Amino acid sequence: MKYQSQAVAKPYFIAAIGLFLGQILFGLIMGLQYVVGDYLFPAIPFNVARMVHTNLLIVWLLFGFMGAAYYLIPEESERELYSPKLALAMFWIFLVAGAATILGYLLVPYATLAEMTGNDILATMGREFLEQPLPTKVGIVIVALAMLFNLSMTVLKGRKTAINLVMLLGLWGLAIFFLFSFYNPANLVKDKFYWWWVVHLWVEGVWELIMGAMLAFVLIKVTGVDREVIEKWLYIIIAMALISGLIGTGHHYYWIGTPEYWQWWGSVFSAMEPIPFFMMTLFAFNMVNRRRREHPNQAAVLWALGTGVMAFLGAGVWGFLHTLAPVNFYTHGSQITAAHGHMAFYGAYAMVVLTMISYTMPILRGREANSRKAQVMEMWAFWLMTIAMVFITLFLTAAGILQIWLQRIAAEPMGFMAAQDQVALFYWMREITGLVFFTGLTLYIVSFFVKGEEARAS
Amino acid sequence: MSSAFTKSAARNIFYGGAVFFFLLLVGLSFDTMQTLPKRDNRENLNESAIRGKHIWETRNCIGCHTLLGEGAYFAPELGNVYTRRGPDFIKAWIQSQPTGVPGRRQMPNFNLTDAQLDDLVEFFKYTAGIDTAKWPPNIEG
Repeated sequence: MKYQSQAVAKPYFIAAIGLFLGQILFGLIMGLQYVVGDYLFPAIPFNVARMVHTNLLIVWLLFGFMGAAYYLIPEESERELYSPKLALAMFWIFLVAGAATILGYLLVPYATLAEMTGNDILATMGREFLEQPLPTKVGIVIVALAMLFNLSMTVLKGRKTAINLVMLLGLWGLAIFFLFSFYNPANLVKDKFYWWWVVHLWVEGVWELIMGAMLAFVLIKVTGVDREVIEKWLYIIIAMALISGLIGTGHHYYWIGTPEYWQWWGSVFSAMEPIPFFMMTLFAFNMVNRRRREHPNQAAVLWALGTGVMAFLGAGVWGFLHTLAPVNFYTHGSQITAAHGHMAFYGAYAMVVLTMISYTMPILRGREANSRKAQVMEMWAFWLMTIAMVFITLFLTAAGILQIWLQRIAAEPMGFMAAQDQVALFYWMREITGLVFFTGLTLYIVSFFVKGEEARAS
Repeated sequence: MSSAFTKSAARNIFYGGAVFFFLLLVGLSFDTMQTLPKRDNRENLNESAIRGKHIWETRNCIGCHTLLGEGAYFAPELGNVYTRRGPDFIKAWIQSQPTGVPGRRQMPNFNLTDAQLDDLVEFFKYTAGIDTAKWPPNIEG
């Protein structure tokens, strides 16, 4: 690496991978509970497993984003990080807070956890994805602000590029919109309305800036294509992301008590949300086709192309599938949502973090690229995880269509649980595919320990 | 992309677009807040329903159920459960959990008091009265 302080990214990435493994294990538990309802009950009820599954996802992605920022911002700014010590301190605070939160979910009844952690002073818990106790939420804000201070000082004193500015803007947005998690009015409609200002404006807003910056950074490195070209693409992609995605928030405002004009605003603008993701696919393939060098890290190139394609499929296509109001009327809150959620999070955010890890980890470990043998194993992991995720999504989509038919369209609609029994076959297939994903992830982790002769540029 | 279209033009579209559409979102949100009193059933959001929402949150009900279609998809939609089942059934159901039927999905018993059950039911009554543009498609949720 060019700057010593970039090394702080390493613990962030290691933690990210560790938590990713935890996320998948809890995913497998939940998947089984879908068909063997009393599995692990009462030790780990479904809601606890889900909280762990989704919160681990968020936390490991945040670790990934932070690690990526600590790596790419010094390099783009052409100077050492303002304070590597602060970055390392924040790593430990975040890791300990994250671990304590997960243990709290698993070991203490949620209502007791809420009482112990001051939820009666400021009630923020018990809302999807924002289940964290108050001290954890405050901790997230502190860690984010310390990181932003650290990174902003680095950029201010160094070179300003589109990539580091967009990355910084994305992370500032992430921190600012998270503040809405502290607003929890008793009025359910208002509660839900502003809840989306965290959830939607993260994943369909500022996170796309972070993703774009990370992808652009890696593409410059592995293709050697002119920075001017890559940065122009970056700006256009994120421009489209926000132009479509900001008003696209409206696709969450169809059926929660908000005015019905949102059905128009939401449908029209969110129908455009696939555009930036499609551009990311074009971007990745175009840049790799126009490459001026053969980077020895072919695994990183594969991840970069993969995230371009899978983000478009998961976020773009599967998002569009149920985003128009007349369709969403039937699909809202069904397994279709789960199908989309899985491929979108994996394709866009998990894969872009893995792209960044794939590119940087060999460098952080003192080599330009891993051995051919290690890379081949990593690429096997890529294909196993990615194909497994495609099938998980297809099975959940099939489950969703059947569920909607039986429960919401059929002449004599079935009750929820009766319909669930009818789609059990798809849940079994999803669970088996989940094991394939887990195998891929295991292989991925093993690939870090494979030795062999270092790959060189051809 | 053609060279006539420069990076600074792309950057300006980004900043201009982001600011414009964010302000539009703020504007629409402001209008939404003005319209909500007609739709969000706030007249029935009494002290009991507010306490009920707190119980709903602190038992992490959203971890299994959906509420107006948002949440987890493991257990039935509860936004309209008041209409579907009525107050007595809801209370009896919560008290009788878990069913313990082998292989079936299980709901924990939260040991709620009668007063807490009443609050929770009041919360469901309030949510069932929100104008959701006729969603869900039928009573099954």
